[in-house]
Amino acid sequence: MNPDPRPDFIQIRNFGFYYGSKQALFDITMDIPERQVTAFIGPSGCGKSTLLRNLNRMNDLIDDVRHEGDIIVNGQSIYDPHIEVISLRKRVGMVFQKSNPFPKSIYENVVYPLRVAGQNKKSALDETVERSLRGAALWDEVKDRLHESALGLSGGQMQRLCIARAIANRPEILLMDEPCSALDPIATIKVEELIMELKEEFTIVIVTHNMQQATRCSDRTAFFYLGKLIEYGETSTIFSKPSQKQTEDYITGRFG
Amino acid sequence: MSADNALTRTHAAPGEPFVWLTAMGLAVGLLMVFGLLGIIVANGLPVFWPDRVVEAQLAPGVANPVPGGGSTVVGEVVQKRIKRVPILGPGGEVLADQTEVQFFIGNRDVYGATFAFVNNSDIKSLTEPPGIFRIERLEYGIAFGFPVALESAAGSIAADSPDFLSRLDKAVAAATARRGQIRHIEKIEIGRINARLNDLRVRDGDPAAMAALQADYDKLAARARELREEQKADIFVYRTPTGVERRLPVGEIVSYSLPNQMGFFARAALCAHNVWNFLSEEPREANTEGGIFPAIFGTFVMTLLMSLAVVPFGVVAAIYLREYAKQGFFVRSVRIAVNNLAGVPSIVFGVFGLGFFVYFVGGSIDRGLFSEYLPTPTFGTGGIFWASLTLALMTVPVVIVATEEAVAAVPRGMKEGSLSCGASKWQTIQRIVLPASLPGILTGMILAMARGAGEVAPLMLVGVVKLAPSLPVDGEFPFIHLERKFMHLGFYIYDLGFQSPDSEAAKPMVFATTLLLILLVVVLNLTAILIREKLRKKYALGAF
Repeated sequence: MNPDPRPDFIQIRNFGFYYGSKQALFDITMDIPERQVTAFIGPSGCGKSTLLRNLNRMNDLIDDVRHEGDIIVNGQSIYDPHIEVISLRKRVGMVFQKSNPFPKSIYENVVYPLRVAGQNKKSALDETVERSLRGAALWDEVKDRLHESALGLSGGQMQRLCIARAIANRPEILLMDEPCSALDPIATIKVEELIMELKEEFTIVIVTHNMQQATRCSDRTAFFYLGKLIEYGETSTIFSKPSQKQTEDYITGRFG
Repeated sequence: MSADNALTRTHAAPGEPFVWLTAMGLAVGLLMVFGLLGIIVANGLPVFWPDRVVEAQLAPGVANPVPGGGSTVVGEVVQKRIKRVPILGPGGEVLADQTEVQFFIGNRDVYGATFAFVNNSDIKSLTEPPGIFRIERLEYGIAFGFPVALESAAGSIAADSPDFLSRLDKAVAAATARRGQIRHIEKIEIGRINARLNDLRVRDGDPAAMAALQADYDKLAARARELREEQKADIFVYRTPTGVERRLPVGEIVSYSLPNQMGFFARAALCAHNVWNFLSEEPREANTEGGIFPAIFGTFVMTLLMSLAVVPFGVVAAIYLREYAKQGFFVRSVRIAVNNLAGVPSIVFGVFGLGFFVYFVGGSIDRGLFSEYLPTPTFGTGGIFWASLTLALMTVPVVIVATEEAVAAVPRGMKEGSLSCGASKWQTIQRIVLPASLPGILTGMILAMARGAGEVAPLMLVGVVKLAPSLPVDGEFPFIHLERKFMHLGFYIYDLGFQSPDSEAAKPMVFATTLLLILLVVVLNLTAILIREKLRKKYALGAF
């Protein structure tokens, strides 16, 4: 791994995005640094999830959308026609707001990314399961029931299982779309601690509604409002002395 | 207190009466279902329960419907019913309803009829004559009579001799065994030789081989003839209740019983035996006697083949419609067209099956692969394969609609989860969407099977027959004979109830067959439902 984290690992350049005729993102330009946690905050409908879901082109699934501008990951445009979206998604893992384990065993859930990539070697799969589950701080809780259904886990365990699944294939980037919004406080703390550990290895982008969460675990914070990037900088700066009035209003709870 | 008053109900909540309306809808539905089932069960089950044989003493001067019966009518009471013409007094005034008793008198060879109707008021007394035999014969149905003697090559034995019954049992058992042998020779061994001979003849084969086969054939035919002669060796002599003495070769006896000397358990055993025979035997006497095994088997095989054809096709179509096709005007039109297809009368599918599958596809296959057999068609005539495909076509909308709903019910988050793991769309469908929608797909299959198994009209055009010479699946290569005609319970009911020469005699069989068809559909459905429940537990999602 590159010893020097690149400050412009993900480059978003003049990015705009449309659902049909409705424009959801306006001219976003920002750099996301490698192996740090970047938080997207903002009121509902401000476009932060839309931007996040563009980083692994998950928005391609929706009919009738288009974009302008470009997103460059590690020097390569993700909209380059030579890039296969499947290989992009292998490099960019994603954790969703609502945990979505597959109706399979815990083991099969974790090795799913490997299986779809054609990896069926038992030793490699076993190794991945242990590494990923340890990485997601779930190994000790489930190591005795790896072959039981994942649907029998608790909500927090399910979300950590989804994180384990997202990191199983060793992606470079981990996208998290409000990963704790459906979890109780204790499970939330566990996931936040996990995020702090994971940033040693992955570049993490997290969308959150919880400002405390953003201050607790992110290095940089971006504030979005009505599809525009209002302010972006060090988390400590954004929360202590924001330069924009809208940012200040939002983080002090005066709207949103 | 005022707070309490605020909570007391003073009038019904708005819409309360509609609860009753919906409940009434359900009640009417249940009433109809249970009424129908009740009628079928009440009429179908007693068919197998052995009746007592009664002797009715008629009042003097009453015309006896039984020829030569004197003043008695002997038979089983089938039913009592109220006649349209009541009992009239001397002035023409109505005194009382007239009831009429229907007797099953059997002995069609002697009486010419199987039923006799007697006014209840004309019957002086009813007794159960002891020692009367009820004999089921290969021809002419049931005979009632009193045994006289058993004549065999070894000599005659009178009915009052103590070992008469054991001798008769032995003779009947031997005859039944011989009948099985004859059947085996004629149907299987000679059938096999015939098929090979036919093959050789068509392909201008080696005459020496043909001669050898012909010799085998002659030998087997001679053996069958011999056995048939033996069937006539023993003669069972009996006297009908009207006093006519009849001589019946033992080979003609299927079974016999002494209905008036059986206790409850003997009758229950006979009932079970009757049920088993009904399920396992082949039909006799224009389908009014014997069992219905070929029809059960035909229905089962056809439904299975239909499911094999309809489920993959419907699932693939639904997945394309829901997952790949761009949702728009065209896809919406296709969906509406598919739904409308479900409303097309089934006979239209029958006509289409006949024109397209049988004449066009079947005819082409015959010209290409079986040209040496022409003009005798192989696939160019109705058969179980074409019937299954026709029904598959008819039921495919059901499967498509159910699968589409199930696929649509798979949570979006789960699909996105799979895609975000780097799975392709097809991998997502194959590994996530299809397993999760399996219960819904099975629902579609259940509905399709239920509709397909009970369908008759289109089958009449594409391969169902009143009496099929052989089963569609048997021990002869290639084991599954897709081109064969087959029997089907639904058509059997129609044929028995409305096309048979003696519909009154066939009535109990119609009910019994209907009961069986319903049972078969229930069993098929229950199996599918059990599988679905298992899957649903495994996947724990889906709205079906």
